[in-house]
Amino acid sequence: MSANPEKPKVAFYWCASCGGCEESVVDLAEDILMVLDKVDIVFWPVAMDFKKADVVAMPDKSILATLVNGAIRTSEQEEMVQLLRRKSQVLIAYGACSHLGGIPALTNEFSREEVLQYVYHDAPSVVNKEGTRPQPVTEDEGRNPTLPEFRNVVRSLDQVVDVDYYLPGCAPTPKLLKEALLVLLSGELPPKGTVLAPDIALCDECPRKDSKPTDVSFTEFKRPHLHRIDPELCLLAQGFICMGPATRGGCEALCINGNMPCTGCFGPTSRVKDQGAKMLSSVSSNMAAKEENEIDRVLDGIPDPVGTFYRYGLSKCLLRRKVTAGE
Amino acid sequence: MSDQWEPKIVAFFCNWCTYTAADLAGVSRMKYAANVRIIRVMCSGRIDPQFVMEAFAKGADGVLIGGCHPGDCHYIEGNYKALRRVRLLNRLLKSMGIEQERFRLEWISASEGEKVQRVVNEMVDQIKKLGPLGLPQQFKEWDSEVLEEEEEVKADVS
Ligand code: SF4
Ligand code: SF4
Repeated sequence: MSANPEKPKVAFYWCASCGGCEESVVDLAEDILMVLDKVDIVFWPVAMDFKKADVVAMPDKSILATLVNGAIRTSEQEEMVQLLRRKSQVLIAYGACSHLGGIPALTNEFSREEVLQYVYHDAPSVVNKEGTRPQPVTEDEGRNPTLPEFRNVVRSLDQVVDVDYYLPGCAPTPKLLKEALLVLLSGELPPKGTVLAPDIALCDECPRKDSKPTDVSFTEFKRPHLHRIDPELCLLAQGFICMGPATRGGCEALCINGNMPCTGCFGPTSRVKDQGAKMLSSVSSNMAAKEENEIDRVLDGIPDPVGTFYRYGLSKCLLRRKVTAGE
Repeated sequence: MSDQWEPKIVAFFCNWCTYTAADLAGVSRMKYAANVRIIRVMCSGRIDPQFVMEAFAKGADGVLIGGCHPGDCHYIEGNYKALRRVRLLNRLLKSMGIEQERFRLEWISASEGEKVQRVVNEMVDQIKKLGPLGLPQQFKEWDSEVLEEEEEVKADVS
């Protein structure tokens, strides 16, 4: 199938994804021509017509690199990433969902049953009088169409298969993607497990860094949609939860430049095990209150700690999901 | 081998107060349930929420933090830091489905050996009522669904 057998082969695949990661590949704009010039794209379901059978037919390790975006929720996604792992020399988790579970991992706060109940019955936009639910196998005029199984847990890619590198971000910036592709093509690969972005907190590249006080003494936490945000001043100093201190840089402070606090999509630096716990630790240590009631009043300004501290990383939280949720 | 389940409690005690109190309980031959594994830290303010979550993830059924009474911290304000972290961590653990009885902060001064005894015994009783948290087993169970798929894919391809 490939026109030029000498060019290294690259594949893209998406799992539980919003499409933003695929879009970010297209955002390479004219650089995509450089990519197309240097590599053969052998599999990219969102843009080109290949089938699973084409992948099955490829020799093992014949793909130089596969970039997988999206979290892993279904048996089909597991199957495809296992297949792609087998066929690829290098497997890259592309984007926050693949890297850390991402937004889809927030469903780890609920059981599978709660998710299905809401999505197929209770959501205000749903009309489902027969109460139909997707079934793994159905009977339809003598045929038996199948659907993937919906798993109990949303997983990051490396909780399902062995991962070589991570491209962080929601979505990764075209600049990071381009750099990663150049590194891959150069053949000088970084150590396995490397996150392909600077290993230093976002504050380091934040234009508001100079206004960040060494001691932030919180007397309240503000929610961004309820207050006017000063466009110059460090967001933490203004009382907004900015995940910058607990988040890896490399995005060039895109959100901050848009006058919004960092929500943590690049994940932690290599020195931190649990990004959410670290940030939680930092903000609570820096509160001024000393009395329980006063502490609790200030903490009411963070109504959803899981969504605040693990917006992109619940799969990688040490606890992984709501522990008593059952099936 | 006894198949009677016993709760495992990981206790982080500050060097200056609670650890000394536990020591005192020991030398005074006060008996308390043998379910705690005590980890000595210099200050309750040294206890990173990551330690607490990791303890649960590695199999603790409960986590107890002991520090000096407010105003008595050897490092002046470390215990206030601990208090604020615990209040926020409590909210997080609740959302993650970990019952509040499994995580406790107590101020226990160096002379309060009997408070160590009381708090530990109380916690053991409460956790016995709740039953095991058993996160490592839960993780294994959750991941069994993926292992099944892996076997199928292997069988398909080869
Ligand atoms: S990382 Fe962001 S852009 Fe990529 S799939 Fe997830 S939510 Fe979408
Ligand atoms: S906390 Fe946020 S706004 Fe403040 S310096 Fe860090 S990244 Fe910038």
